[in-house]
Amino acid sequence: MTTETLFSIPKKAGQAMVRIEFEGETLHVPDGISVAAALLSSSRGALRTSIVKGTPRAPYCMMGVCFECLVEIDGIPARQGCMTLVRDGMIIRRQSGAPSLEGLASGGKNGE
Amino acid sequence: MISKQLTVVGGGLVGAAIAYGAASRGLSVRVLDQGDTAFRASRGNFGLVWLSSKGGGMPEYARWTRDAVGQWGGFHQELLDRTGVDSGLIQKGGFWLGFSQEEVQKRANLLAKIDREAGGIPFRMMEASEIRQYLPDIGPKVVGGSWGAQDGMANPLFLLRALHSGLKKAGADIISGIDVAAIEHDAAKGRFTARSRDGQGWTSDRIVIAAGLGVGELASQVGIHAPTVTTRGQVLITERLKPFMDYPTNKARQTAEGSVQIGSTTEDVGLDDGTTVEKIEWLARRAVDTFPALANARLVRAWGALRPLTPDGYPIYQESGTCPGAFAVVCHSGVTLAAIHANVIGPWMGGLTDAPPDVAPFNGKRFLDKNARFVGDH
Repeated sequence: MTTETLFSIPKKAGQAMVRIEFEGETLHVPDGISVAAALLSSSRGALRTSIVKGTPRAPYCMMGVCFECLVEIDGIPARQGCMTLVRDGMIIRRQSGAPSLEGLASGGKNGE
Repeated sequence: MISKQLTVVGGGLVGAAIAYGAASRGLSVRVLDQGDTAFRASRGNFGLVWLSSKGGGMPEYARWTRDAVGQWGGFHQELLDRTGVDSGLIQKGGFWLGFSQEEVQKRANLLAKIDREAGGIPFRMMEASEIRQYLPDIGPKVVGGSWGAQDGMANPLFLLRALHSGLKKAGADIISGIDVAAIEHDAAKGRFTARSRDGQGWTSDRIVIAAGLGVGELASQVGIHAPTVTTRGQVLITERLKPFMDYPTNKARQTAEGSVQIGSTTEDVGLDDGTTVEKIEWLARRAVDTFPALANARLVRAWGALRPLTPDGYPIYQESGTCPGAFAVVCHSGVTLAAIHANVIGPWMGGLTDAPPDVAPFNGKRFLDKNARFVGDH
């Protein structure tokens, strides 16, 4: 089984990079790409577990339809990674199952 | 041996339940379904199995609904056993929530009147503090509410699938994509032919017109007065959330899968099944007033659907006086009444039983009284 990522972001000269944190680990990724693209190209595997059976899931449609790329971003659970652009200092965690109402209430106060 | 054949025009929740009731008792049944071009009221059903407050203006309807919800548990099990499809029934009680003391008092009066007139429909009024023991996340705007022990919810789409699966297992013929335009009656032979717009015909001894918004026109061809009006309901659905709402309410319910369904509007807009920003906003605001933490939940869909209604909101179940063997059904509550449609209406319209005495008040003739005024209720 390959452990190399199947996805890569074409290198461009002078490409601005940003620093994001995923599960406590710092990643350097190109500015202007989506969270899902950044994590796919960084070979981070499953980003969430499904709600009913808890099986691992990864980004799929990359266009906001399938909801397979849900991650917690800056404390706000279940955000669509493919619809959110990376930002310097962003803190991302895997989404485990469904978010709780309390989680939404506390995370949501940070705005965005 | 039963040799007669029944045709049911309409394969939605109402037609499919009636057809299932007849087919599962051994009748030869054919269902003509318009298919996915139909307005499909089943898609707009909020999914409540609901007794509380039904029949405020018609005790016979309150009793009919009471009997129907009493049969739901057994019906759910029967469908599950026969088809393996779980209709999603959770029937452990439900809440109506009020935002003002005046509203709560009106509710108490209505429920007391219904229980007094119909019998066997107990309820309990609760202060907000007591409701919070069952629904801890309600907000300060909820001042009180009512509790109905027999209320609950099901999944309308899984119910429809269970009924269709049950029909197939019982040997019924489900023919899709059929737009029935006319019902022809051969009085000499006592037979009916359902004629599609493209000229195909299906002949049987008995026919049930359960075609939702299309009932009025077809029923008139067999001498049944069955006026229908449309009502649009818009509903919203959130992302899936961890379970927090143990009981359904009249304003929102959490499905078994975790989504919160928020509904619903009742609008008179003709044949427009779209959505409007104004109504979506109203629904969302009301849901947040009820459960404030929902303010941070994401909505994933909003949609509108049309449902058929009679002018007074109560159903029509009727056999034709001039064309015996032809029946019409107009009904808004295809989920709540599914079990009784299968257990009582199906066998009657299929010719296995006499007309049940408790359906007599649901004759469409009540709408012929020119002096009567109707207030929509259901």
